[in-house]
Amino acid sequence: MSRIDVRKTYKLYIGGQFPRSESGRSYVVNDAKGRLLANAAQASRKDARDAVVAARAAFGGWSGKTAYNRAQVVYRIAEVLEGRREQFEAELRAAEGVTPARARSYVDASIDRLVWYAGWADKITQVVGNANPVAGPYFNLSTPEPSGVIAVVAPRGPLLGLVSVVAPLIITGNTVVVIASQDNPLTAITLGEVMATSDLPGGVVNVLTGSQTEIAPWLASHMDVNGIDLTGVEDAELATELEVAAADNLKRVRRPAPDTDWLAEPGLDRMTQFLETKTVWHPIGV
Amino acid sequence: MTFEYAPAPESRAIVDIKPSYGLFINGEFVDGNGTSFKTVNPATEEVLAEVAEASDADVDEAVKAARRAYTRVWSRMSGAERAKYLYRIARIIQERGRELAVLESIDNGKPIKESRDVDVPIVAAHFFYYAGWADKLQYSGYGSTPLGVAGQVIPWNFPLMMLAWKIAPALACGNTVVLKPAETTPLTALLFAEICQQADLPPGVVNIVTGAGDTGRAIVSHPDVDKVAFTGSTEVGKAIARAVAGSDKKVTLELGGKAANIVFDDAPLDQAVEGIVNGIFFNQGHVCCAGSRLLVQESVADEVMARLKRRMATLRVGDPLDKNTDVGAINSAEQLAKIRELSEIGESEGAERWSAPCDLPANGYWFAPTVFTGVSQAHRIAREEIFGPVLSVLTFRTPSEAIEKANNTPFGLSAGVWTDKGSRILSMANRLRAGVVWANTFNKFDPTSPFGGYKESGYGREGGRHGLEGYLKNTEKGADA
Repeated sequence: MSRIDVRKTYKLYIGGQFPRSESGRSYVVNDAKGRLLANAAQASRKDARDAVVAARAAFGGWSGKTAYNRAQVVYRIAEVLEGRREQFEAELRAAEGVTPARARSYVDASIDRLVWYAGWADKITQVVGNANPVAGPYFNLSTPEPSGVIAVVAPRGPLLGLVSVVAPLIITGNTVVVIASQDNPLTAITLGEVMATSDLPGGVVNVLTGSQTEIAPWLASHMDVNGIDLTGVEDAELATELEVAAADNLKRVRRPAPDTDWLAEPGLDRMTQFLETKTVWHPIGV
Repeated sequence: MTFEYAPAPESRAIVDIKPSYGLFINGEFVDGNGTSFKTVNPATEEVLAEVAEASDADVDEAVKAARRAYTRVWSRMSGAERAKYLYRIARIIQERGRELAVLESIDNGKPIKESRDVDVPIVAAHFFYYAGWADKLQYSGYGSTPLGVAGQVIPWNFPLMMLAWKIAPALACGNTVVLKPAETTPLTALLFAEICQQADLPPGVVNIVTGAGDTGRAIVSHPDVDKVAFTGSTEVGKAIARAVAGSDKKVTLELGGKAANIVFDDAPLDQAVEGIVNGIFFNQGHVCCAGSRLLVQESVADEVMARLKRRMATLRVGDPLDKNTDVGAINSAEQLAKIRELSEIGESEGAERWSAPCDLPANGYWFAPTVFTGVSQAHRIAREEIFGPVLSVLTFRTPSEAIEKANNTPFGLSAGVWTDKGSRILSMANRLRAGVVWANTFNKFDPTSPFGGYKESGYGREGGRHGLEGYLKNTEKGADA
């Protein structure tokens, strides 16, 4: 008789922990052929609010780390992902029904993207900051700072899409609450396991699984969220509703991008869109 | 001993205010289809002129003119040629600087000392700075593709300066504009329209439509406007953010503030007091980045307050055109009512009110420089933007307490720090969540220096290389424009 598998329970990833949804709900996730893969936690409004609290609590420490340190942590995520690549390839094949070669290329690109963004941590300030030659005896310097807590609606790509929207936010010091792809949420939680074992402080990335239309409005209207990335919102009406709600505290909004080619090399804008510019003046004298 | 000052009025003869003004559309002044409104001198309540109120149809005409000019002329012109127009404008502003300054003081109420020595020089410098970018955009880091037609709505506190902050970068980047000045201060924008004519700027590149909130809404929500730039209240800023939701419009918002001006016990106190006075009484406190919350370290609070009151008593409040005037008129009856209301709330909530002894003119809108002590963080005068010459004083003991109080606001536009200790300045500057931090100085502005807020003070930057971003299209692959 063959051995019975020990199956994994997929839960949320909040504040470095893996709690179930406080609502006690779950939903069925099928593979590409419509067979049961697992039950995923169906996050509630309360879970979303808990995730924001965790992200806010983590913001001071994470944004206060040196850029070099953040770079090493994100690089470490790439290292750990590389070590578990077979698991991710298998998950992608099952969830998306892609070929082994395709699955491998997504994992390769995800690891490489993490490495690419890791290197930006201590360079983005030099590229987008400025010394300003004001017409007077003043030292004047503009530097970028993270906007704060960013809510993200992740696109469909369960691994590469997710990595491509989260990495640029955390590398600059933001903390994140991300709603994983509703149809393919399991890989996001497995990626949470990678992050939880990569020296990433708890709360820097929080992953919710469940219904986009249920959870996203609570994050869009949350007064302690500083920005929202709508990349994965495919319903234009919902996107507009979320942007309207985001205006309540003037969140920085990134509008949906349905046709993004995630395999292409990104530009700077996923980082710069959630950066503030601080300009400091001081007199020059004796 | 007190010094008596003889009156030193600047002559008004240099300005020629017409009885009525139309809209500036497609290079010409036109009557428009709407009604009209009056603009008054806030120092005397004298009606200065009748000004056309642009209707939706007028705004549509202006946007069409801007679109035509964009498609046929401005977007096709080389950056070097655009630059020369902007340099011309900068030069004419310098040539007609005194006229602009006097008109600004008459329509706005600000002291001639400030309009002449701060506003107008910065306006000219701003055009000069962005003129030079027009043919160098490929080096900016933001590409060189303009957005199209920019709809711009500006406030009444720095009418001409806000116009320059909006128009100069927009034009340098190859956009055309429809700009609405505030309804209480339209005159210098209309004089700027004449300057555009003198500069032979192609018709439609700059369109000035006067009016109030409805005109502003028509501009912001016009479907053929590609970019919205707004400076004003946080409330209107939020309404704009809602109005553009779901569109492709690019938006920059420069909104309210409630800046903390933090004074440590080792600060050079005389300089700090000058900085506090400049921070809150410059331009009658009608400044979004005003240092309206003084956070003073407990050990020097009494001494700072004594010096501050002594200094406030020397402020000369009165005729904006008098060259000795430090504090001019409140811009409008409406604003005066708001300042009075919040000040009364300050008193009724238990803060202690003190105003500098000064004789206020009988006519016009005036408010004596005022300071509230014993203010707590819960008081409305510590939380809401008063936008007038009213300072709220709170105390702190440790740097961490100062940071916590300073950041305890939905705003994040500016902050000030006064201390002799360099490492403390840098640590405070790092921890303050504000877009501009003035250390051992306050209220300094320069065309090369980016300005703008965190949190509910808005988004986007004006000034410097960063100021170009809001007027250029991000053409990176997959970018969110």
